[in-house]
Amino acid sequence: RSFWKGSLASASSVSTTWTELREGLGKLTLLCDANTDGSFLVHHFLSFYLKANCKVCFVALIQSFSHYNIVGQKLGVSLTVARECGQLVFLEGLKSSVDVFFRAQAEPHPLQFLREANAENLQPLYEFVREALKPVDDGEAAWRCPVLLVDDLSVLLSLGMGAVAVLDFIHYCRATVCWERKGNIVALVHDSGDTEDEENNILLNGLSHQSHLILRAEGLATGFCRDVHGQLRILWRTPSQPTTQRDQSLTYQYKIQDKSVSFFAKGMSPAVL
Amino acid sequence: VTPSEGARGGTGRQLEMESVLALRGLVLLRDSVEWEGRSLLKALIKKAALGGEQVHILGCEVSEEEFRAGFDSSVNSRLVYYDLFRDPLNWAQTGEALPGGPLGALQAMCERTDPGPVTVALDSLSWLLLRLPCAALCQALCAMSRRHACRGGSLAAEQLCVLGLLHRELHGPGPMGALSSLAQTEVTLSGTAGQASAHILCRRPRQRPTLETLWFSVLPDLSLDLQGGPPLESQPHPDPHTPQVDPASHLTFNLHLSKREREAKDSLTLPFQFSSEKQQALLRPGPGPATSRIFYEPDTFDDLDPEDPDGDLDV
Repeated sequence: RSFWKGSLASASSVSTTWTELREGLGKLTLLCDANTDGSFLVHHFLSFYLKANCKVCFVALIQSFSHYNIVGQKLGVSLTVARECGQLVFLEGLKSSVDVFFRAQAEPHPLQFLREANAENLQPLYEFVREALKPVDDGEAAWRCPVLLVDDLSVLLSLGMGAVAVLDFIHYCRATVCWERKGNIVALVHDSGDTEDEENNILLNGLSHQSHLILRAEGLATGFCRDVHGQLRILWRTPSQPTTQRDQSLTYQYKIQDKSVSFFAKGMSPAVL
Repeated sequence: VTPSEGARGGTGRQLEMESVLALRGLVLLRDSVEWEGRSLLKALIKKAALGGEQVHILGCEVSEEEFRAGFDSSVNSRLVYYDLFRDPLNWAQTGEALPGGPLGALQAMCERTDPGPVTVALDSLSWLLLRLPCAALCQALCAMSRRHACRGGSLAAEQLCVLGLLHRELHGPGPMGALSSLAQTEVTLSGTAGQASAHILCRRPRQRPTLETLWFSVLPDLSLDLQGGPPLESQPHPDPHTPQVDPASHLTFNLHLSKREREAKDSLTLPFQFSSEKQQALLRPGPGPATSRIFYEPDTFDDLDPEDPDGDLDV
């Protein structure tokens, strides 16, 4: 049932990274998709962290709560239960973006920037994340490391924020979630493949330089295929591995199935063999 | 290559990397997503600290703990860390933020340096460049070396070394060019097949710029390991055994003109030159319509249509 089936899980470095991700050692994981839909990675990390008993703040700007909940149920987690018991803090962008316009101006709202003509920063959104992942002392539920999940950051550019403002938001989240509270951040950014789209390129490259692990889902250059849905490039940028000779980058092809994703080496799809 | 030659080559490479530090002024370390440059920056910092220098670090991208990780205590005690990571834009308003924002932090850094050899590390210049106007950053970098020179006399100008980490995907050619023109040394990191390499462009005063390529790795204790890589074509090695050939010999044309040849050349009127004689010749009416006639002989396969004489023009 594991997501990382097959050869991927066998690599020792992968299991080390996975332990680090689960234990929460202040890692930033960048998910990136180019010419394909990388949301399967978001669903994986959401269910992965909920199953690992982590406190999760999910900034969902793309889909509704019920969408994530349905996919989550297929992967064995209930978002409704997780939200009720306080494990999951869910910011539903589609719904609360409307709320911004129908509430008193004085009340702070995480998506306040939608209402302001010249919003310069995403500080209200950061404050929301900081509050959501605040360690609680009442001891009723001891969650493991805090996790921030964002789907996706490119939308913030489309909503009128500059790339540096989004980078500042992630910078503060890193300082609070990763460094202060030893948690993890997972964020998705689209790679439009358009060299003219300067803002998105600055965002993507700026985040790439800050992240410890980059998972890049790419569509096949040869086009659509029924048995291979794309390829995943894995790039480690861990500072614990200095620039020595290392196996820092791996590429696998994948096929998304109903409840899991199978990975195989390039050209080794079971349909071909 | 004899063993002694190999050893000499190794020492040469060692010297080259050390000369990056021995050179003062601005040193740009340009890294990429695949070939990160922070470990090289830390290796150069360690070398400077072990050489007895003060090292001031402006940390914007990683926390102080993460930056100090890997240095032993003797090195760590020589590092002064200015933390711009925790609260760079004063959002927390705890009063812990560095006053004056990023630019103020940069200026405060050089206020606090003592006269004598000092290394300043900017981690990273990219972070500053995205948030400050390029001109303001360049001026701050210039002012830094000027102020250091004022305090320590003329000699001290050469005693300041600024190591700036620059992520090269993040900036356009404009800001990159501006910083390059300020830099004495540019180190560009890349690599092939898991092996990192550094292209080092040095601009020494009153000398031609040199370009060297080194293969290196940074060991876990943050010391540099320089390796002999394959010979690189970019290294300008003048081979003493190649005889110098005069490129002007055996030419099929004259490079110079004699006085007579030059006069002949100058007196010649070229066909496209317009003169008053030419103008008169054109304005004078011709001898009569009978003398200029157009003869047209159709080809055998020409398809002439009297109804549409311009049919072949495709209009």
